[in-house]
Amino acid sequence: MSELLQTSGMDRTQVPRIEKHFRFQWEPAQDCYVLLYPEGMIKMNGSAGEILAVCDGERSIDDIIDLLQTKFPDAGDLADDILEFLTVAHEKRWIAVN
Amino acid sequence: MKSAGSQSTDRAAIGPPLWLLAELTYRCPLQCPYCSNPLDIANYGAELDTEHWLSVLTQARELGAAQLGFSGGEPLVRKDLEVLVESARSLGFYSNLITSGVGLSDQRVGALREAGLDHIQVSFQSSDSELNALLSGSHKAFEHKLAMARSVKAHGYPMVLNFVLHRHNIDQVDKILELCAQLNADYVELANTQYHGWALKNREALMPSEEQLGRAEAVTNAYRKQHGEAMKIYFVIPDYYEQRPKPCMNGWASMFLTVAPDGAALPCHSARDLPIAFPNVRDTPVRDIWYHSEPFNAYRGNDWMQEPCRSCPEKDIDFGGCRCQAYLLTGDARNADPVCDKSPHRERIDEALLQANHYRQEPSPMLFRNMANSRDLISSDTNSSDIITSDTAGD
Ligand code: SF4
Ligand code: SF4
Repeated sequence: MSELLQTSGMDRTQVPRIEKHFRFQWEPAQDCYVLLYPEGMIKMNGSAGEILAVCDGERSIDDIIDLLQTKFPDAGDLADDILEFLTVAHEKRWIAVN
Repeated sequence: MKSAGSQSTDRAAIGPPLWLLAELTYRCPLQCPYCSNPLDIANYGAELDTEHWLSVLTQARELGAAQLGFSGGEPLVRKDLEVLVESARSLGFYSNLITSGVGLSDQRVGALREAGLDHIQVSFQSSDSELNALLSGSHKAFEHKLAMARSVKAHGYPMVLNFVLHRHNIDQVDKILELCAQLNADYVELANTQYHGWALKNREALMPSEEQLGRAEAVTNAYRKQHGEAMKIYFVIPDYYEQRPKPCMNGWASMFLTVAPDGAALPCHSARDLPIAFPNVRDTPVRDIWYHSEPFNAYRGNDWMQEPCRSCPEKDIDFGGCRCQAYLLTGDARNADPVCDKSPHRERIDEALLQANHYRQEPSPMLFRNMANSRDLISSDTNSSDIITSDTAGD
């Protein structure tokens, strides 16, 4: 896991936000979050949606981990899963970081 | 679009229409011979007015549609486009404008952005202005398109450039990609013509040879290898050159809804090729059309299939292909799409390919898409004794 992060150069102080050509929103009819882009739509599964929903361009990855850990106290240690997902999301250019 | 659309015929399991294509008008200043509009565009009456369209948008969004395409014809000829875009944005649609760029100005690109449009796709006929003029029937079109593509980018939209490929421009894929890179495109669609509507009429003139196709694919792959993913390139081959049909519309009425200019609701923008009377949004709620109308349920799921599809293990992958292509080439929409090499009608596809791969001295003639030609086709089609003089004033 940590190797993955190093290769993509992400660290936990970075602040992710939805990449500008995507729109992220909740779709009641599909009962999930989606990412919309030119003529396309990606459905997010439950945890992916919860993570992207708090990538607001202000919270750092550390903040995001804390927030979700508090929101889902019974889920065990979430840090690795969150980092892994954000790395993938960054590679797919769903999110940008600064 | 990715989704786990259910394919069961159980009505409770019918998924919502996720995609709405609003064909605002059949009017268009260009005359592309590969246009996918129906041949009888001159036959359809008044366009839906603004109120109708606003209601269609609201109803479709309530059912779950999230992606919205404004197309045509040329959607820019509708003066109320900005109003519709604004409403689409406030309803929560991601809206795409599919345009030739004719009728666009830098000012309108900005106004549409302000109204909440998410994306403009500019279609090109080729990378070369002369060929472009020949194919679109307009000389000024090309320079203007370039200017509009730049304007789209400058206003902060993602830039998607679309090139419809065919026999006369497919050898220019290298130049096309160069042009796209110059324009800083984010996405490029090199979409070979699909043979519906006017394109089918002009198939002989448009179908590339296998050699042309192979070269174009090789050029595209080499470009990708050299330049990476910064500009994302989609290359769509003509399905005639495949052994399996495309999973058309991801299955009939599984997620796509088209509303034609006159209000006819269609499960696919080519469905007017079929001899079916489609319901109209003027007199039927979109919900009823989607879930309960006969045409929308006609080819849902796979109970309607005949052999070879019925017992085929791949029927949930390609849904038997395209109903329109099955009808147009075999006479029965329930047949397998003849592109499939299990289809007993595959020879109809092979004949067209044989023709495409034959050396020709003279280029085959093309019929340009315009209202006058449409009226001629309608009059020669419906009743040969009924002579209608074609109106050459043109639209
Ligand atoms: S394909 Fe060409 S003729 Fe047809 S609607 Fe588009 S721009 Fe007009
Ligand atoms: S037989 Fe029908 S279902 Fe099977 S691959 Fe061919 S078109 Fe698809």
